[in-house]
Amino acid sequence: MRTALGTVAVLWGGVALYPIYRYLAPRPDTSDDETQVTSVEVCKLSELPKNSGKNFRFGSFPALLIHTEDDGLHAFKAVCTHLGCTVQYRGDIQRIFCACHGGQYDPTTGKNIAGPPPKPLDSLKVAVVNDQVVVSRA
Amino acid sequence: MAAELQQENKLAKLIGNFLVSRLSLADLQHLAAKKKVPVHKHSLWYYMGGITMIYFAVQVVTGILLMVYYVPEINAAHASILKINSQIDFGWFIRSLHSWGSTLMILSAAVHLFSSFFMRAYRQPREITWWAGLVLMILCLAFGFTGYLLPWDDLSFFATKVGLDITAKAPLVGGLLGPLLKGGNMISQATISRFFGIHVAILPLTLISLLAVHLMLVQSHGMSEPAAFADTPPEKRRYEPFFPDFFFKDMLVWILALNVLFVLVVLFPWGVGPEANPFAPAPIGIKPEWYFLGAFQFLKLIPPMVGPIEGELFGILAMSLVGLGFLIMPFIDNGSQRRRALLATIYGVAVVLGLIFLSIWGALS
Repeated sequence: MRTALGTVAVLWGGVALYPIYRYLAPRPDTSDDETQVTSVEVCKLSELPKNSGKNFRFGSFPALLIHTEDDGLHAFKAVCTHLGCTVQYRGDIQRIFCACHGGQYDPTTGKNIAGPPPKPLDSLKVAVVNDQVVVSRA
Repeated sequence: MAAELQQENKLAKLIGNFLVSRLSLADLQHLAAKKKVPVHKHSLWYYMGGITMIYFAVQVVTGILLMVYYVPEINAAHASILKINSQIDFGWFIRSLHSWGSTLMILSAAVHLFSSFFMRAYRQPREITWWAGLVLMILCLAFGFTGYLLPWDDLSFFATKVGLDITAKAPLVGGLLGPLLKGGNMISQATISRFFGIHVAILPLTLISLLAVHLMLVQSHGMSEPAAFADTPPEKRRYEPFFPDFFFKDMLVWILALNVLFVLVVLFPWGVGPEANPFAPAPIGIKPEWYFLGAFQFLKLIPPMVGPIEGELFGILAMSLVGLGFLIMPFIDNGSQRRRALLATIYGVAVVLGLIFLSIWGALS
């Protein structure tokens, strides 16, 4: 009798909990159309002085465009590989910086060079078309 | 005149007797009469649980009042908090009571937890009371964490982002719990809705239920007595009745605790930061609330890799181990050996000092 009751209780619990779990679990395909963005016109090159950066939206994630001192243009997914904060470019230290836990990245390669981040930032492609800086998926 | 008074007394007695009989209050009266509180040099710490409860009561009342105007919608949440703070009569007061109340509730819960620890209140037969207390502490922190996102300002956004990333990386349950809490691949309306539901329904229900268990166990076991007190001869031990002696002192302490809250609210009303922008960088100098500062500073110090383990996972495991120490303490220090008691004290002092040191470092850095 006890075994039967236990089995029914477990089955009943499962039957009740599974729909609740499915109801709450985010759908894998809820990634909206915005994630399908392949390129973004960020700004005019003349609006981005050397040794500065600009955070912008790239589909569903934040991104960062950097104009380095040596006139290079680099773009990255601006999500810190440590705990997901949005990074920024700091001209005073000439590095990409995460304000949450002090992680630092190389502004030309995105490589993690100081602090807790375990991996480099994901790179994006940069092109200049008629003075417009266009960033696209790498 | 005297006859009228006599008649009123009679009526009061009649009503009293009616209530005692119909609500079966005799058992409660018996319990209140039987309950006694030890009097010793550490008696002060017995008030901390009551202080935590009174702050929780403030949270319930102010939380319900805030729900009248707060809108848990991504485009309206921040504006509704601004409205509460600046346009609703006494809105700033209610919100500041809620925000300062939460910080004081967590502080008094932490003091209650650590004072119980150092008074060895986790020992047999109070293990379950202790574990319930540990879970109640976690629930208090969960209240702080979920409530923090609701104003939808920049600080709350990044605090939630970091917190959810830590949750998602937790061993075993992280993979399941992280997405369930976030409700998608980024912090969005789904996250606000979930956090709101957890904050105003799930956590209060869980906390009240567990608090009932905790209090019931405290009643059945009586107040924990420190070893030095318990070891003194019975004729030298002093007790005071819970009702009315301790109870009235408790009420006085509650009034003091509420005064502290009111002073903080009036002198330092709780503000609100700029509206969260999920695509803007984390503001320089961003810091969590004081009760997460220790963990925040600890995570900052860990290198990317610790041996073969990723730094963040190492940090989560290390913090979980510290928590585990408190969980298994009733088995380590069961009162049988002085050496074990000393070990527990060293552990507790190390955790407290470590937390204070890391928190101050985090605040100053």
